[in-house]
Amino acid sequence: MLKEYTCIMCPRGCDIEANIEDDLRLVSTEGAGCPKGLSYLRQELADPRRNLATSARVLGGSMPLVSVRLTGPIPKARIGEALAVIQALRLKAPIQAGQVLIENLNGLGTDVIATRQVPAAGSPEARR
Amino acid sequence: MKKEVVIIGGGPAGLAAAVKLRERGIREIVILEREENLGGILRQCIHDGFGLTRFRESLSGPEYARRFIERVWALDIPYVTEASVIGLGADRHVTAATRNGLIEYEAEAVVLAMGCRERTRGALAIPGERPAGIYTAGIAQAYINLHNMMIGREAVILGSGDIGMIMARRLTLEGAKVKGVFEILPYPCGLPRNVTQCLDDFGIPLHLSHTVVDIKGRSRLEGVTVARVDESLVPIPGTEYEIPCDSLILSVGLIPENELSLGASVVLDPRTKGPEVDEFFRTNVPGIFAAGNVLQVHDLVDFVSLEAEKLADAVARHLAGGLPPRGGVELSGDGTVGYVLPRRVGGAEDFTLSLRVKRPFRNCEIRVTQAGHLVKSLRLRKAIPAEMIRIPIRAADLAGAGAPAAAGAPASAGPLEVGVLC
Repeated sequence: MLKEYTCIMCPRGCDIEANIEDDLRLVSTEGAGCPKGLSYLRQELADPRRNLATSARVLGGSMPLVSVRLTGPIPKARIGEALAVIQALRLKAPIQAGQVLIENLNGLGTDVIATRQVPAAGSPEARR
Repeated sequence: MKKEVVIIGGGPAGLAAAVKLRERGIREIVILEREENLGGILRQCIHDGFGLTRFRESLSGPEYARRFIERVWALDIPYVTEASVIGLGADRHVTAATRNGLIEYEAEAVVLAMGCRERTRGALAIPGERPAGIYTAGIAQAYINLHNMMIGREAVILGSGDIGMIMARRLTLEGAKVKGVFEILPYPCGLPRNVTQCLDDFGIPLHLSHTVVDIKGRSRLEGVTVARVDESLVPIPGTEYEIPCDSLILSVGLIPENELSLGASVVLDPRTKGPEVDEFFRTNVPGIFAAGNVLQVHDLVDFVSLEAEKLADAVARHLAGGLPPRGGVELSGDGTVGYVLPRRVGGAEDFTLSLRVKRPFRNCEIRVTQAGHLVKSLRLRKAIPAEMIRIPIRAADLAGAGAPAAAGAPASAGPLEVGVLC
């Protein structure tokens, strides 16, 4: 069966036409501009994964939220579960950029990290 | 106050320019930023995917900005936040309103790095009532990502720009129902990967050749009317239907922010709406340079940084008196091309040509010619308006190459023309 995919590994977004048998077995592909396309397709067929970028609540900070992301992609079907854990967080300022907020999130083998700093409200760093 | 370089804007373009200038030994620099912190629009772009070209990893916006901000700190580059530049003269006199009152600068060179702003409902002239609940995508993004304020529960998105699609995903993650993305053109305006990872992944429908024709609601938005459009983008009578929603997000284009440039008599290109620059990012006003989204709206921040660094190289040469006069070889695109940049070059140095195609093409060839002679050809499987195309042009391939640059005389072989062959 021929199926069209858009590679999401980089902004080029190559259109890949894939010949797939039994819903899983890749017979041939056309259109990938680099080897990442093929590995994306293999992953997508076997176990589609996505990263998650969102924000978490911070108490006593110069802003009410800290932006966060996962250190690696997780199975697409478990994004909702990961989101719920992050949304339940109540962090205390200050928070450093890159700080690990949750280690090995639900055993998924990926951490939740802060992608910015949130200084304590009123501290001199808040104006930096 | 005298400065070698005043940089207007502390977003990705201004930061990259400042770091590069300092690395090239320019001491007297200042960055003027109107927000409380450096970083520009990246501060609210918490999604990942930034930096793949530059850092070979997928960073969020704040992380990407921080890489440059840390360099600014390490190099002790002065900056003033909460500083709104309210005046720029052709004599490079800069007036900034700050917490400590007005500050006046006399600059040898000015770097325009003000970025862009969003097109609004007013710019589209959508009829209907004027209730609350209508936001541009960037404003919605700021509310949700910076201020922890949810903007609504049921949203319709008009326009398939990248920020609109990214907000469709963001709203869904935050528990809102996104009822659809409506795009007036017959193809998406944002990058294909965002159609996949922001819309398809979440089952959000994308309706091409559709637009919003009416807005209903008294104090708060209650619903919008959408309709199919014909080939001339005119709504087709009888195709209208109503969608109840409390929020309408507009992602209908970005416009370089050039009010200050105009005040300094900088000439703008009607197609990019940014300054008309040469290959050294020089505007028509001596000593005033421009790069980043104030010059041309980019899809990727990596290329904003790169462009600003090229600008910084040129500014450093300008300060040392090492730039040739503005060249006389003009560049233009034919009907297949939305715009080309730069608009003029001297022809003595290599440069990068940026362009956007006017409509999608498959299996095509971008051709750069000079008086019928092929200067450069680039074959592409696809070319879409959403993706800026960058083509390196070698001076050696131009007619009259090797002529002394300092002469500044128009090259005899004439202008460069860019077109798509399919």
